[in-house]
Amino acid sequence: MLSLLLLLIPLTFSIVIWFTKGMVSRAAALVGTIIQLAFTAYCYNVFLEAGNKPFEYIYQMAVKPNLVFHFSMDGISMLMVLLTNLLLPLIVLAGFSRYTDKANVFYSLMLLMQMALNGVFISFDAFGYYIFWELALIPIYFIAFIWGGQDRAAVTLKFFIYTLAGSLLMLFGFIYLYTYSPQNSLDWEVLRANPICSCEQGWIFWMLFAAFAIKIPIVPFHTWQPDTYKTAPTQGTMLLSGIMLKMGTYSLIRWLLPIVPDGFKEWQYVAITLSVIGVVYASVIAIMQRDIKKLLAYSSIAHVGLISAGVFTMSRVGLQGSLVQMFAHGVNVVGLFFCADIIMNRTGSNQVEGIGGIRKIAPRFAGWFLVIVLASVALPLTNGFVGEFMLLYSVYGYNTWLSLFAGLTIILGAVYMFRMYQKVVLGEPMLENMQFEDLKWNEQLVLGIIGILIFALGVYPEPIFELTEPVLKTLTP
Amino acid sequence: MKEVITNTPPQNWYLVLSTLLFSIGVMGVLLRRNAIIILMCIELMLNSVNLLLVSFSAYAGNTDGQVFVFFIMVVAAAEVAVGLALLVSIYRNLGSTDIDVLSKLKG
Amino acid sequence: MEQFIQPINLIGPSLLVPLLPLLGFILLIFFGKQLKTLGPWIASLLVLGSFVLSVYIFSSLGNENNLDYDLFTWLRWGDVSLNFGILIDPLSLIMLLVVTGIGFLIHLYSIGYMHHDEGFVRFFAYLNLFIFFMLLLVMGNSYLVMFIGWEGVGLCSYLLIGFWFTNDAYNDAAKKAFIMNRIGDLGFLLGMFFMLFYLGGLDYATVLGNASTMEKGAPILIAITLLMFVGAMGKSAQIPLYTWLPDAMAGPTPVSALIHAATMVTAGIYMIVRSNILYSLAPFTLEIVMWVGVATSLFAAIIGIKQNDIKKVLAYSTVSQLGLMFAALGLGAYTSGMFHVVTHAFFKALLFLGAGSVIHAMGGEQDMRRMGGLWKYIRLTAITFLIGTLAISGIFPFAGFFSKDEILAAAFHHKIVWVLLSVSSMITAFYMFRLFFLTFFTTFRGTEEEKHHLHESPWTMTLPLAVLALFAIGAGFLGMPSVMHMPHWFNGFLAPVVETSKTILGESHHVDHSTEIMLMLVATALAISSIIFAYVVYLNRKSIPEQDEETKGFAKWVSNKFYIDELYDRVIVKPIMVLSDIFHVVVDKLIIDLFVNASAWMVGFTGRTLRLVQTGNTGFYIFVMVIAMMVLLLIQLVQ
Repeated sequence: MLSLLLLLIPLTFSIVIWFTKGMVSRAAALVGTIIQLAFTAYCYNVFLEAGNKPFEYIYQMAVKPNLVFHFSMDGISMLMVLLTNLLLPLIVLAGFSRYTDKANVFYSLMLLMQMALNGVFISFDAFGYYIFWELALIPIYFIAFIWGGQDRAAVTLKFFIYTLAGSLLMLFGFIYLYTYSPQNSLDWEVLRANPICSCEQGWIFWMLFAAFAIKIPIVPFHTWQPDTYKTAPTQGTMLLSGIMLKMGTYSLIRWLLPIVPDGFKEWQYVAITLSVIGVVYASVIAIMQRDIKKLLAYSSIAHVGLISAGVFTMSRVGLQGSLVQMFAHGVNVVGLFFCADIIMNRTGSNQVEGIGGIRKIAPRFAGWFLVIVLASVALPLTNGFVGEFMLLYSVYGYNTWLSLFAGLTIILGAVYMFRMYQKVVLGEPMLENMQFEDLKWNEQLVLGIIGILIFALGVYPEPIFELTEPVLKTLTP
Repeated sequence: MKEVITNTPPQNWYLVLSTLLFSIGVMGVLLRRNAIIILMCIELMLNSVNLLLVSFSAYAGNTDGQVFVFFIMVVAAAEVAVGLALLVSIYRNLGSTDIDVLSKLKG
Repeated sequence: MEQFIQPINLIGPSLLVPLLPLLGFILLIFFGKQLKTLGPWIASLLVLGSFVLSVYIFSSLGNENNLDYDLFTWLRWGDVSLNFGILIDPLSLIMLLVVTGIGFLIHLYSIGYMHHDEGFVRFFAYLNLFIFFMLLLVMGNSYLVMFIGWEGVGLCSYLLIGFWFTNDAYNDAAKKAFIMNRIGDLGFLLGMFFMLFYLGGLDYATVLGNASTMEKGAPILIAITLLMFVGAMGKSAQIPLYTWLPDAMAGPTPVSALIHAATMVTAGIYMIVRSNILYSLAPFTLEIVMWVGVATSLFAAIIGIKQNDIKKVLAYSTVSQLGLMFAALGLGAYTSGMFHVVTHAFFKALLFLGAGSVIHAMGGEQDMRRMGGLWKYIRLTAITFLIGTLAISGIFPFAGFFSKDEILAAAFHHKIVWVLLSVSSMITAFYMFRLFFLTFFTTFRGTEEEKHHLHESPWTMTLPLAVLALFAIGAGFLGMPSVMHMPHWFNGFLAPVVETSKTILGESHHVDHSTEIMLMLVATALAISSIIFAYVVYLNRKSIPEQDEETKGFAKWVSNKFYIDELYDRVIVKPIMVLSDIFHVVVDKLIIDLFVNASAWMVGFTGRTLRLVQTGNTGFYIFVMVIAMMVLLLIQLVQ
């Protein structure tokens, strides 16, 4: 029952918010997300004490195809649910310092998105999972389309069709699995226990991989991403980069690895190579980006590339590292985009070049921004390092040369991040009469919480290990 | 029932007649430009089928075919009602019932 | 390894040692506005507190006992768990004392030096953070904890080089330092991966214990040591990753003294001494370390001759001295290298602080061509500076003499190395005295305004100078050469750390007493002849280095640092930038999007083509319908 409540709370608020107006909408959204966060905290406690029993919920359809809605919970799901419901209040709060047109629709869609994301993370049957997976696409499409910037029609269409094409392949894969798996079921546990013949796993792997690779995105399926991140309103970008992209990496661990283990092993080398190439490729591109949000978008591709490389090593350290890094990257990238948003709002420029001097006027903002930049370049004692260390080590365990190549990310990451920070924040102000108000209360709060998370997880990541270790034990030899 | 069959013309005649009627309907639909006539031709085609069904029903000695005929007649009546209503509306808007004028669906 | 009894009572104090500066950092960052005047004093006193605690630990621990204590599990997966723990042994004790001691003096000095700066409090926050990370670096009980400090000091170095962040050239220097360090860090990281994979852990006890069971010259050990050495190259500014250090002089002078002379840049040497067993087992790497050290030492010294910025000269001399230390390590003389780290920390910090005092007096001017004759204006600074200069030149009885002599003695069996190092130290003596004469003697060459401004620094600045000068004189006596029949306290203290290496390396090339005396005499003679040469050129002939435009030929190459920066820019930086644009514009926008757009175009094309079927002619539709029905009928009939 608890798992249904996880879905119902955001859904209820989503409906309620639709009928409110302006300032009330965003206040209601904040209340809703905070209630959801509190409930998630409660769930976390319950989960630690009682395991997945209180979350188990199965709804069997009466009609012929043997389809079920099966909600449950394990450590990985819990981690992702925590991430989602932790970030949502921050994302809502980030919008408090500015006016949003049609705020009721905006926040209603956002809460609907929250429900869909929760649904993706707690679904334990491919049917419900697929429905939520697609459901999550709808609100973000409208958010990007209605509140987006330049070229939004073309960009959102590209994004929509890209992901939809991937999802369609995934659907084929699931239908095939349903038809030809021994049990005629799409339940995760059943599928896991009765894997399909390993001769067919190869191409089912590719079907599912296509969907996940587009969502993550792994190079070369990434070209929708920079433009979408740039065009979408920043809160939408936060949702996309902070959480939605984790749907892909999460699904690698939840679906791809356990359901088609042989296919996974068969194509491991291709997937790792693609991921690692993506890491370096995106990092190199980020160096010369002129648009702040696009730079961050490419840096995000580099980071998630490393996460997926870690998953594809199929090693304990790789999976563990990828989980830590998913959480950390979610937190950091939301912070980064928030900072980018603050800069763009106050200066009116989205270019890396030509701003400068912010630190002189707004030192507090510059300080928090630097903290997040440091976490993003994986400085030890920040959350970024924990994951990156483990991921690089897992790649090392797979292949030494590949790890050298992937390791370039720590150099290139520093290059593009510090270049951006220097041009935007340091130096003398280059814009005429630049006004740059230092942080407002809501911005301070958001960045403060992100800062605390960065250091807390960087110094003591043990809670994540504790939460996820039992699951990983069952996933890896 | 047996006597009835022997006193009636062979079934082929019915087949020929209804084929003839059907062909006239088809040709009318294909060749005429006036939408009302096309509609009438469609009716003709339906009725030729009705005739066929009735004759089969009579020769086979069961009433299924006649039941179908009633269905078709009901559908045909409804169809004519809807079709004529559409045509009236079209005529009011375009001042013509020539189907060459109705090319708004051109892609 | 024998089991030591853990001195539990020292855990508390030893934890406090790094935590005090961290506390200072947090206080100053969050309450900087409220602590405008008090903050710097709090910061300095906290570091003093760390120093006092270090002395306490030093006196109660001695060198027979270690403190090795795991605080908590930091990273774990499967059966691997990497702990966060501290280790206090003779080696870390020495570093602790140096870091906190010199750190405190430089804090004190900065109170005077940075007084007028807007970012006064922020500066101390960063300094405290630096001390924290440096202490982590030397106190960790595993390579992982060392790596935290290793990257952390890199961050502080970034923050402090770019301290005056409105100047973009300084920001560039800061970024360059961070990135070059990161290149080294990648080596370090990969080295750690090798250790974790092949030696089963990252804490020193496990790594060194397992390594010592391996065969000498095992490829794994060579790989590990080489990769770690790449890290050391970055941090300690060795060829080819040295170019960031001269640029790092953009930071405030106390920073150059603390980070870029005394402590951070010696982290590479610390790391190698810490892993001396690994290096001793990999003779090939030792050879490389030695040659890199020798090359750097000589190369940087040559560049140093032609520099005119007072801090740049010191920077190149630091690079050169670091090279000397690496050469010592490469020769297997770990304690000698470490000894030079300590003495160098004193006299180089002294020199930098002295240079800072000069710059302070000159109102910010750093070009030696515009100084001169400062002796009578800032007497105390000049005297302490002379002491530092004599120490670095290796004149008896100053500290540099003893440590340098030890290294040269260790190099004596390797004649080429010995000659090169001797040449390098001879050049060092020359350019240091060139610096000294140009700055403090002959006539003043600056403007009238500057002349008017000349004044001795406040006590907070001169006191550290005096204290460091005392050490620059006296520190050498910690390690008397055996020929003087006095105990070599330093080697004795560090003996437990390098014990195993001694047995691995076998016979050490001990020079006999007469040779040793001969070596000392030769070294001193070379130094003195250099000094005389400098005296003749710069005092007797009163020649002043020409303006930049006037240099030509080889001199031009030297004064432009052999165009290494330009080379890197051409060969590495520019191509990466071009590659970045190519990836973005060609690969992303053209090639990958070509496929994406091609599929979209295919859909569009199909639509456009099929659209033609929709003529809009009802008659045509009906016709098609009828034909289709007939076709279907025909198919039915045929079957």
